[in-house]
Amino acid sequence: MELLTNKAKQVDRRPMNFWEKLYLISIFQGMWITLKHFFGKKVTVSYPEKKRPFSPVFRGLHVLNRDEEGRENCTACGLCALACPAEAITMEAAERLPGEEHLYREEKYAAKYEINMLRCIFCGFCEEACPKDAVYLSQTVPPASYKRKNFIYSKEDLLIPVKKIEHKEQNLTN
Amino acid sequence: MNPEFWSLIGEKAALAGAMIGFSLVVAMYSTWAERKVAAYIQDRRGPDRAGWGGLLQPLADGGKLFFKEEITPRHAQKFLFILGPTIAMILACMTGAVIPWSTGFEWGNSVINPQIADVNVGFLYILGVLSLGVYGIMLGSWASNNKWSLMGGLRAASQIISYELPMGIALITILMISGTLRLGGIVEQQMDGYWNIVLQPVGFIIFLVCAFAETNRTPFDLPEAENELIGGYHSEYSSMKLGFYLFAEYINVFISSVVLSTLYFGGYDIPFVNDGKLAESSGMNMMAILHFLSLFIKACMFIFLFMWVRWTIPRFRYDQLMDLGWKRLLPLALANMLITGFVMLYFFNN
Repeated sequence: MELLTNKAKQVDRRPMNFWEKLYLISIFQGMWITLKHFFGKKVTVSYPEKKRPFSPVFRGLHVLNRDEEGRENCTACGLCALACPAEAITMEAAERLPGEEHLYREEKYAAKYEINMLRCIFCGFCEEACPKDAVYLSQTVPPASYKRKNFIYSKEDLLIPVKKIEHKEQNLTN
Repeated sequence: MNPEFWSLIGEKAALAGAMIGFSLVVAMYSTWAERKVAAYIQDRRGPDRAGWGGLLQPLADGGKLFFKEEITPRHAQKFLFILGPTIAMILACMTGAVIPWSTGFEWGNSVINPQIADVNVGFLYILGVLSLGVYGIMLGSWASNNKWSLMGGLRAASQIISYELPMGIALITILMISGTLRLGGIVEQQMDGYWNIVLQPVGFIIFLVCAFAETNRTPFDLPEAENELIGGYHSEYSSMKLGFYLFAEYINVFISSVVLSTLYFGGYDIPFVNDGKLAESSGMNMMAILHFLSLFIKACMFIFLFMWVRWTIPRFRYDQLMDLGWKRLLPLALANMLITGFVMLYFFNN
């Protein structure tokens, strides 16, 4: 038979003799292997103290971006919701009133913007669909929770990511 | 009753208490060591959260076992169900009674020998208590009224019967060499001459394998075979009754290690050190402590060996177990005994 790889190893099927049936030699061989592992390098990462870095293309929790002047980028065009294969994004648009120019960059803004993190599959299509550079997937993971409603992230949760997430965790523990 | 009698009782009670307490602490930390050794062999780090290096882990485990719900199955034989782990624990603690832990301590005017009972059949006592140990397992497994448990108990019984024979025969060779059944005598004889491992390497291997089988450690852990028998004899046990079974196993491992070092590795003998000079330079008590440490280090090495083997070798199949016991170890032990006898008669007959 033609071999696909040369990894195959022929097994010795001859019946064992008396010394082999005492198993001592093979036991010593095995113990030598485990001894080498005993003094070998350990692969454990001591998790809470040390964290393994995410890959640079990791897609985590969403962030709603602001521009340089701190105004919201999102104009509630709905392209992200349309692109979303899991239908995790819902939003309601509103028109900017006079005097709100420092809050919203354009005339239309998202009055309500929710992402259901239990539905989200973190594919990043929303990020790709967004014409305004408003939604990004960050390097954090949604924190665990006992309640479903805590996984529905509102606009406030998404807008200023780091502080808001900490705040939310505090609320959860309270 | 005269005061000498009471002082003797007090001394022996204190020694027994110290011995049991010490075995319990060693058994406790054996659980920790077992987890650490397992982890290191599997390229992990093992428990390191409770205390420095996980040193408080045994306390946490013990506390957990105490507070777990205690369940007695409805169809279990209640008395025997409780008796099983009790017997296992008591017998595990009993074995250490005849072991000479060290040379004598000076206490006031008297010398205290750290050996609870220097009986002249110490050897037979150990064999007897070790084989009684299976009753704890058998009673527990029978009383559980569970087929898996019963299978485990049956396996334990037949395994111990099969391995007691080569063990006894391996011990007979030691008896032939030392000419005494007193453990203290065997140690003294090794201190003057060679250690028995040099004289009896084959006997040592046989005894070691049988010690693994008697303590139900891998590769002979068929009685509890987790993946075939769901824990075997202790599958119906919970809380501290289970804890007693597990604890008894670790005490047995410790005592077996001590017995192994006593019989084959010179007991409390410190290699390459003249004891007369040591006693002169450092005093009786210091020498006793050093001797005890020597025995303890030897025992710890054997405990490590027990763990090392456990995390290396898979469990034997039942027929392989019987095959190894009856068809390999027994003939080997008999041959070893005959050759030893022949050599002694032919070369040292005077």
